[in-house]
Amino acid sequence: MTSTPPERVRVTGPPRRRTPQKAALPRTREIDEETRLGEIYMGSLLREQARLAVAVLVALFGTVGALPLVFHLWPGLAGVRLAGVPLSWLLIGVLVYPYLVLLGWFYVRAAERNERDFVDIVEADEP
Amino acid sequence: MNYAPGVVAVVLVTLATLAVGTWGLRFSRTTSDFYVASRTVRPALNASAIGGEYLSAASFLGVAGLVLVFGADMLWYPVGWTAGYLVLLVLVAAPLRRSGAYTLSDFAEARTGSTHVRTLCSVMVVAIGWLYLLPQFQGAGVTLQATVGAPTWVGSVVVGAVVLINVSSGGMRSITFVQAFQYWLKLTALLLPAAILVAVWAGDGAPHPVDAGGGGDLWSLPLGSGGGAGLYTTYSLIIATFLGTMGLPHVVVRFYTNPDGRAARRTTLVVLALLGLFYLLPPIYGALGRVYAAELAASGRTDVLILELPGLMISGVLGDVLTGLVTAGAFAAFLSTSSGLAIAVGGVLSQDVTARVVSKRGPSGITAFRLGAVLAIVVPCVAALVAPDLAVARVVGLAFAVAASTFCPLLLLGIWWRGLTAPGAIAGLAVGGLGSGFAVAWTLVDPAAGAGWLDVLLGQPAAWSCPAAFLTMYAVSRATRDQVPAHVRRFMVRLHTPEAVELDRG
Repeated sequence: MTSTPPERVRVTGPPRRRTPQKAALPRTREIDEETRLGEIYMGSLLREQARLAVAVLVALFGTVGALPLVFHLWPGLAGVRLAGVPLSWLLIGVLVYPYLVLLGWFYVRAAERNERDFVDIVEADEP
Repeated sequence: MNYAPGVVAVVLVTLATLAVGTWGLRFSRTTSDFYVASRTVRPALNASAIGGEYLSAASFLGVAGLVLVFGADMLWYPVGWTAGYLVLLVLVAAPLRRSGAYTLSDFAEARTGSTHVRTLCSVMVVAIGWLYLLPQFQGAGVTLQATVGAPTWVGSVVVGAVVLINVSSGGMRSITFVQAFQYWLKLTALLLPAAILVAVWAGDGAPHPVDAGGGGDLWSLPLGSGGGAGLYTTYSLIIATFLGTMGLPHVVVRFYTNPDGRAARRTTLVVLALLGLFYLLPPIYGALGRVYAAELAASGRTDVLILELPGLMISGVLGDVLTGLVTAGAFAAFLSTSSGLAIAVGGVLSQDVTARVVSKRGPSGITAFRLGAVLAIVVPCVAALVAPDLAVARVVGLAFAVAASTFCPLLLLGIWWRGLTAPGAIAGLAVGGLGSGFAVAWTLVDPAAGAGWLDVLLGQPAAWSCPAAFLTMYAVSRATRDQVPAHVRRFMVRLHTPEAVELDRG
């Protein structure tokens, strides 16, 4: 009785060590070498900052920028006075300036927070 | 009329400017000091300097005069000039500093990798700078005529000479101190007299500004003459000022003196506050002018309202002192804005023109810079002597429209969109520059424009020329997408990542 023995099968245990190259790549190098992952890091930073910028601009043009249209549609507003000062003067002569500073202050805080988040991500030790 | 307070004020401001400039000279040693104060200016000092440089004759004299005649719609000028800084902060400030560009030309070349784009930008920087300098020199002539009785050419020549001495001797480092000093001088020079004049008005029992003079509620309507044309003009002015600020050469140069992108943002925020504080004041003069200086509006000499109002309302020594104070502020306005523009235009001229001439005789960056500064000042100064008189704020407004139609699209697309190509940049700059430039020329040649829609559209071009430039730049870039520069991804890393992270920034 001659039968061919079954083919040998190589049995191995689970890998004990990971391949070293992948793990050693810091995230800053992902960006430097323009890998897919690096693109994702950069893309998310850019998107966050652009979204913030658009939000502030909408808040600017939606309020201050809308005033001419409001006065065009309701010209009677030009005659309104608060404590003797015409409403139009109060709005675009006085109140607009603290409002602009407030928007700017909000933006600087949020933009710096976005950048801190970015630094935390790319400089984290564990991938 | 008593000319003594004016003479004293002008002499004192000139001496103080030269003294502060000479003091700053002790710190100016290297070429880097000359161009960018070696990039070490802290936010508080830098913001005062930016405010001092930015608040020009148009802000100091022009706004009050325009408010006197046209009313609340002219308040959009100062609002736009301040909001322009918010737009700049949000979209441009930190990336522009991180780009490492000194001038707009440097930025354009670094982003597109094309020397053609660079040359085109340099031409536009010089054009906008001269268009902005022209009314400064004219305003100086008008000021000295009103307060000292000198012929108009004297003011232009004096301002030109002082700026030339300061800029060419100390460069950016010493000008930073001068301009910071001049912001606070300008603020004091409007704040103190305004407080006293309002007190005099309140004690006078004089009529309310809105009720004095004709027009009534129309004067409080922030829409020009009202109707469709008024609405268009107002929105076009808003677009020009909101978006044009980032494209002014002397504004951009200042950002490079910040240590890093984060400081650039914080500086801009302080500037917003300083500008807002200042712009509360000129409209007060405009309003009081309706009560006390109606004949100025009738005679068309509105640019001297701030200078003459204290004398009209208060007689005697106090009136003289206040007149001297506002004259000093106005003179500081001409000096600081002209200095900033001379640095910016001189910087571009020296990089692209005079450095090539000088380097043949031996390399010296500072000599090239000085030659550039001379050229930057002399040309508009001579033009101011021969050109007819134009309303200061009006010409400055047109310079904003040109900036909004050229450098604004270039900066925004260059910073936020990877797809911008050199042909796209050139096409967009050409469309925006020619469109707005033609409108400016038309308006300057024919200032007594009619009320037809063509005159309205050309009188305030930004609302059509700015979108046209954006669309052209976008469309041509898409059509030439194979020419997107290879380094654009690395350039984006440089523009948007905080300096604290160690990255390859190209």
